[in-house]
Amino acid sequence: MTRLKEACSHLRSKNAGPFWITVDLFFDGPASFAAWKDRPGLSTEALAAVFGVDPSRTKRIEAPDLSVIKFSYPRANPQGGVGERDMHSGQQYVLLLDHEI
Amino acid sequence: MTGTDSSSAPDAAVAWTTVVVPVGALGAGVRADLLEQAMAAGADAIALDAGSTDSGPAYLATGKSKYSRDSLKADLTVLMAARDRWKVPLLIGSCGTSGCDAALDSTRDIVLEIAAERGLKPRIALLYSEVDPELLKARNTAGRVHPLAPFGPLENGTIDLCEHIVALMGPEPYIAALEAGADIVLGGRTTDTAVLAAVPLMRGAGAGPAWHAGKIAECGGQCTVNPIDGGVVIRVGPDSFEVAPISDANRCTPFTVSEHMLYENSDPHTLYEPGGVLRVESARYEALDDRRVLVTGGRFEAAPYTMKLEGAANGPFQTLMIVGIAAPEVMTSVDVFLERMQKALDDRTRSVLGLSPDDYTISLRPYGWNAVTGAPVDKGFTPRELGLMFVATAATQELATRIAKTANPYFFHFPLTMGMELPSYAFPFSPAEIERGRSYAFLLNHVIEVADGHELVRTTTIDLSSDRGGRPS
Repeated sequence: MTRLKEACSHLRSKNAGPFWITVDLFFDGPASFAAWKDRPGLSTEALAAVFGVDPSRTKRIEAPDLSVIKFSYPRANPQGGVGERDMHSGQQYVLLLDHEI
Repeated sequence: MTGTDSSSAPDAAVAWTTVVVPVGALGAGVRADLLEQAMAAGADAIALDAGSTDSGPAYLATGKSKYSRDSLKADLTVLMAARDRWKVPLLIGSCGTSGCDAALDSTRDIVLEIAAERGLKPRIALLYSEVDPELLKARNTAGRVHPLAPFGPLENGTIDLCEHIVALMGPEPYIAALEAGADIVLGGRTTDTAVLAAVPLMRGAGAGPAWHAGKIAECGGQCTVNPIDGGVVIRVGPDSFEVAPISDANRCTPFTVSEHMLYENSDPHTLYEPGGVLRVESARYEALDDRRVLVTGGRFEAAPYTMKLEGAANGPFQTLMIVGIAAPEVMTSVDVFLERMQKALDDRTRSVLGLSPDDYTISLRPYGWNAVTGAPVDKGFTPRELGLMFVATAATQELATRIAKTANPYFFHFPLTMGMELPSYAFPFSPAEIERGRSYAFLLNHVIEVADGHELVRTTTIDLSSDRGGRPS
């Protein structure tokens, strides 16, 4: 069992405009990226499940030159509304740290 | 001629254009020494951005700036002095955070104040891009407004709810203002990219490298090894661009530069801009030395001109209370405690104030537990302390505060189990309740078709150099 925080060299999250959150999963170079990127826990479905969103409404894009998987999903509520927990979404990556891949 | 080192340009007939981006956002702190150093090395323009949606809808709904007037004035003073000394244009996009008309006017007033204090006489162009709601409704009815994911079609009623609506400008109004002789161009809402790309595009740089350079430099030093060490310089040519930090102590590497395409962007390979799409999946990033990066391969594909819309509305009011809790019996039963307290607060509010669930919400935010993510907490985790924030939301401030004051004794004294001595949790303030004011909401995520980049933009000029004494023309 490997947790994402053990496979990735860096993880971060941020708003991508007021209606999307984007998460960057940085791997430690091309070999690490190639070794991990096709793990079931890094599929669109598995990542969508971590954030409780419909996988068909998400974007999962691989950036091999950067050894990065980018996962973007629509916010449950637009940024800054009444129930806002994280205005800039800068803390949402924490949900992925212990995700088993 | 400044900033054009033709000896290294592959095609000396095409101008290379050097743009200094002194800071990622106006008001964050322009360093005069670094700006002077960059200008002395040769520059064709100073360009930067002053706005964003990233801090939430309040700034667009109210038209107020996120940064203090003092910090905006401090940066503008440095920028206007450099512009005057080096005689290159100064372009600032998305003035006043939201870039609505009122926000642009407040930035204009600071610029005029500085000009008067310093005896500066620039020609100033103001580019307004706030959208008239009636025009927008007519265009929407005509089928010329389209949603962006995850939104659906726009209802005209939604337009009426917005306090301010802005359309994001491209580079064309900036170029037109410069060609008409402006020294300083203050823009309403504009894509970050367009403000930086405008002068390179005007001077004949390649569209791919101009837009790509604009994206890379949009946050100033964010594309460098040490983002807080000053801004960057982009040098844009016919089919490539260079980017380097201003500070000698800082560095750009192929990784820090290419990685910036990920930033606040849901797709690192594709960027939708007014009038086209920037595609960088084939881009190459090469180190020119230990601090400069050469970028090739970005392509800009022209597309029918659209402008993205942003709109924000007033929402209900909120009143807060905060307590600290360290009582061990609560720390070992946080979920049960919160569930029971929520019920007690709602019961109290409904019985005393006669409110229905549609009239209000009480939200408990347990900091130190799961307030930030909302995710379940691991079994067996026991915090040492909890910061518990109470948020009452209702149609008026008065009602939100009545809810908070009615809930106060329960929030303050709520016991984990009935029958125990009433605890007193740790209020940090007296009075306990904090009237937070309104909430706001972003309502638009749409684009509008336009004939060109000028159609929805109104340009005003203030010529302080003329005998007319700076009256708007």
